[in-house]
Amino acid sequence: MTWVNAVVQGLLLGGQYALLACGLSLVFGVMRIVNLAHGALAVTAAYLTLWLSQRTSLPLVVCLVASVLVFAGVGYLLQRGLLNRALRGGELAPLLVTFGLAVIVVNLLQEIATANSRSISIGGLATSSTRIVDGLSIGVFSLLTLVVAVALIGLIQLFLSRTAVGRAMRATSDDPGAARLMGIDDRHMYGLATAIAVGSVAAAGAFLGMSTQFTPGYGDLVLIFAFEAVIIGGLGSLWGTLLGGLVLGVAQTVGAQVEPAYGILFGHVVFLAVLALKPSGLMPRTVTA
Amino acid sequence: MTALLEVSGIAKRFGRVVTATDVSFHVGAGEVLGVVGPNGAGKSTMLDIVNGTQRPDAGRVLLDGDDVTSLGAAGRGRRGIGRTYQVPRPFGGLTVFENVLVGATFAGGARGRQAHRAALDAIETAGLTHVVNTDAASLRLLDRKRLELARALATEPRLILLDEIAGGLTEAELPELVALIARLRDAGLGVVWIEHIVHALLQVVDRLMCLAMGEVVATGDPHAVMASPAVMEVYLGSVAEGGA
Repeated sequence: MTWVNAVVQGLLLGGQYALLACGLSLVFGVMRIVNLAHGALAVTAAYLTLWLSQRTSLPLVVCLVASVLVFAGVGYLLQRGLLNRALRGGELAPLLVTFGLAVIVVNLLQEIATANSRSISIGGLATSSTRIVDGLSIGVFSLLTLVVAVALIGLIQLFLSRTAVGRAMRATSDDPGAARLMGIDDRHMYGLATAIAVGSVAAAGAFLGMSTQFTPGYGDLVLIFAFEAVIIGGLGSLWGTLLGGLVLGVAQTVGAQVEPAYGILFGHVVFLAVLALKPSGLMPRTVTA
Repeated sequence: MTALLEVSGIAKRFGRVVTATDVSFHVGAGEVLGVVGPNGAGKSTMLDIVNGTQRPDAGRVLLDGDDVTSLGAAGRGRRGIGRTYQVPRPFGGLTVFENVLVGATFAGGARGRQAHRAALDAIETAGLTHVVNTDAASLRLLDRKRLELARALATEPRLILLDEIAGGLTEAELPELVALIARLRDAGLGVVWIEHIVHALLQVVDRLMCLAMGEVVATGDPHAVMASPAVMEVYLGSVAEGGA
């Protein structure tokens, strides 16, 4: 039963990784931008949600939604104002720009919020769990995180495949020049894609802040897990990213079951094994541009 | 009367390579302008400048008398300029229907059922009904060419720019394409058609323009242009050099 428990806890942990990684996956899938500021943005969103919940009497869920909306706006402006310009400088430029952005954001956070660790209080929800059988219980909050991750990825996927704007986004991803001929403003599409991605990372950051203690530099740590989830799943595939997150989570908890200190190491080993044996990931995009 | 498209004094160079020097021409609604010229004459670049993919160094592009020179390709697509690429550029991750629907929705400005109708009409006109739900990435070259046309038609253009659309078609398929272009003209569209297959071109064009080295060598009545000494020299001259 301990092994079953490890796998179940791994799946729940994987939900958090998938939630964190889906924005990274979307930005890479649409624009081929590797966003190194992703982790820093997640932590910033955690601080914003915390600040809103402390300064206002609004329910936490309202603070979370407000933070997501603010970050979606920030994402749009970031893309239109900075990353679209960087894209004109070749593939390396956006990478450097997001790296620089991450450094600036982390330092600003340290200046404003200090380096003390914080967490967003969710009261009894943090510890409440449902016992399935002896030796196997599921934390309500982790389950909620997994459900939100699956729902969010499903919604983004639905948006991409079924709506006019989603189709235009995929078309722009395939060939921005030809998309312009179809009357599509590629810069606007990129802005929308980043708005969705940064909005999703704000949700991920808030969930992260509710489940654990965070500091301004915490984003770098989670960024690695998010990257591993994206690559295990296959670049540019959102369902792949969900699978990648789950695989990574299970690898870490099963590894920790073998030897408590080896959990994270096991995650990295599985990541390296996928990279070595199936470099395109478990669910690569069926059609490449 | 203002022409549908008025291009005046276009100049464009890439470093030391001059692809246009003072190129001017016009196309009316319901008129087909054929464009011929040897490889590297600047024909495709001219289409890029007309549809806004590239900015000219000098000169102006007028659509219905409005200066659209500063407008990007997306804006001109919405204003009614459609274009096909010589080397097809389908959206590989989308189905044929979705490819065309995108054009009908954004440049064509159609919504919902109306957009679906427009997309299906364009697909039928271009002869792609048999692959309507196929991923564009898996199409054969000929169907990719047809998709270029279907996508451009779905944008409901008033001016359509065709870049070597007959290349790769069989002799039996050429008359069909010529008939289609004649129908577009009769429906009041302006057409600019770049083509190396001159006998197909001559069946439908109202006027012919010959470009070489980024300059207009001759323009006017198609047969007169093909027979003019300047055009003969462009073609035969290059043949003689190649044979020497």
